[in-house]
Amino acid sequence: MKRALLATLTLLGLVAASPAPAFAQALSPPAQGSVVERLEIGMNTSQIAITPDFAGADLAIFGAVVNADELLNSIGQYDIVVTLEGPKDFATVRRKERVFGIWINRHSVTFKEAPMSYTLSSTRKIEGEPGVPPLDAPGIGIQHIDLTPTDFLRGGRLLEDFRDAYRRLKMESGLYQPDPGGVRFISSTLFQANLKLPANIPSGTHTVRAALFKSGKFIMEKTLPLRVVKTGLEQAITDAAHQQPLLYGMASVFLALLTGWGASVLFRRD
Amino acid sequence: MTIYLPIAELSVNIFVILGMGAAVGFLSGMFGVGGGFLITPLLIFYNVPPVVAVATGANQVVASSVSGAISHFRRGTLDIKLGLMLLAGGLAGATVGIWIFSFLRRLGQLDLVISLLYVIFLGFVGGLMLIESINAIRKTRKGVVPVKAPGQHPWIHRLPFKMRFKKSKIYLSVIPVIGIGFGIGVLTSVMGVGGGFIMVPAMIYLLRVPTNVVVGTSLFQIIFTTAYTTVVQAATNYSVDIVLAFILMVAGVVGAQYGVRVGQKLRGEQLRALLALLVLAVGIRLALQLVITPADVYSLAIGGVHG
Repeated sequence: MKRALLATLTLLGLVAASPAPAFAQALSPPAQGSVVERLEIGMNTSQIAITPDFAGADLAIFGAVVNADELLNSIGQYDIVVTLEGPKDFATVRRKERVFGIWINRHSVTFKEAPMSYTLSSTRKIEGEPGVPPLDAPGIGIQHIDLTPTDFLRGGRLLEDFRDAYRRLKMESGLYQPDPGGVRFISSTLFQANLKLPANIPSGTHTVRAALFKSGKFIMEKTLPLRVVKTGLEQAITDAAHQQPLLYGMASVFLALLTGWGASVLFRRD
Repeated sequence: MTIYLPIAELSVNIFVILGMGAAVGFLSGMFGVGGGFLITPLLIFYNVPPVVAVATGANQVVASSVSGAISHFRRGTLDIKLGLMLLAGGLAGATVGIWIFSFLRRLGQLDLVISLLYVIFLGFVGGLMLIESINAIRKTRKGVVPVKAPGQHPWIHRLPFKMRFKKSKIYLSVIPVIGIGFGIGVLTSVMGVGGGFIMVPAMIYLLRVPTNVVVGTSLFQIIFTTAYTTVVQAATNYSVDIVLAFILMVAGVVGAQYGVRVGQKLRGEQLRALLALLVLAVGIRLALQLVITPADVYSLAIGGVHG
């Protein structure tokens, strides 16, 4: 009740401050003294465990728009974008070209620190649609992921081709997935975002990022860490492979010798 | 039924992996080839990262070649002495090959030249083998028993340091034996394949070892080269996925047992004809890869900084 009153007062204040009847102006950033919207988020888990039968997972992120302007809210002027960014690593895109009738890798571009996975859920398309402006989102959305080449000499059109190819290959592999419409308001200010994690999600620390937009303008964002961890045997194997690589390699060979010998013994009897 | 692979970091269908392992194990036991040239592309096609596919494939081949080699040993078709001589040459060749590999890498596009040479080489070897074995099959059908195998190499028999290889029933200088082992060792490290399908024809046609003994002896030698590859890959790239390798192995060793049985039922020239087809198929596959317009000209590799 109190909030509604406040919001009404804010709106009245805005209208008073700008007597022009143009509604668009009321949608511009809030004037001095008005209450600024905030975003609060929470998750159903802070850790995803990769078990031996892991085949992807669903992540639910809940949030609320605090101090939402009811009038703006009722006409759908608030938008939420929730992303899950995987750990970052270098990524090299190579392009084959035909030289004397033979296809060979001609050019390559290596991008620094590109997220290995990227899942996006939003109330609507980031890029906008006819009649709907794009969300003015710094670094949000697959098209806006920071792809900086390690080698700046290879610029221009060629670089853009490689960036497009990178995004396309990542989307084809299922590691980058946009879901415009994955966020829905469950009350006037409470929302739920569902993110589908692919089966080949990399392990490590991921970042959940929720961004609030008002009339297409970025207001604020909140981040939460999400750990994707291997469990039990999977973790033990990974640790062994990285901490005792030589022993691990020899153990693999030993296992192979044992299996091969076992089979020949087994088949000798029948 | 899916299972998560801890090193490859993805979930796979266990039955698909079992099928791949069995097929490769079968060929391994039958022809004495490692099958790395088959298992690696199959795994990559199934979304396993290439570096994991190479290392894990090598680990599987250890198992299927042990399985096959023991069967051949029991049947008296494994010449350990010859195998050890080839291996000595092979290890020396692999060491030189690693050096050549890093040298070629620094030069850039030379791996293309290598795959071109490889296509020509495989096509040549496979083609000649096919012609020879088909002629041999025709002759046996007509009832003509060849008095002397065609294409003897008298200069090989004039070389010093002769040695008797009882199982193979040959009396031969060790120089060509170690030389062939060395050459294949170089190819192994440069091309990243086991080289079984070059080793086998080389032993048949250059050293005149009976076809059945060739298969067992080649398997024996492959055990060591692939074990070495597995350990080196594990130590440098952390890329051996033991879960994936184990599933492949279980199917592979069973496949290898059946491969040995089928292989021993065939006559030498039939086995050679089939191997020739396999060698040609690999050559054609490599050639097509170079010539056919790829479905996607772009490819993606994660991690590291590559030129």
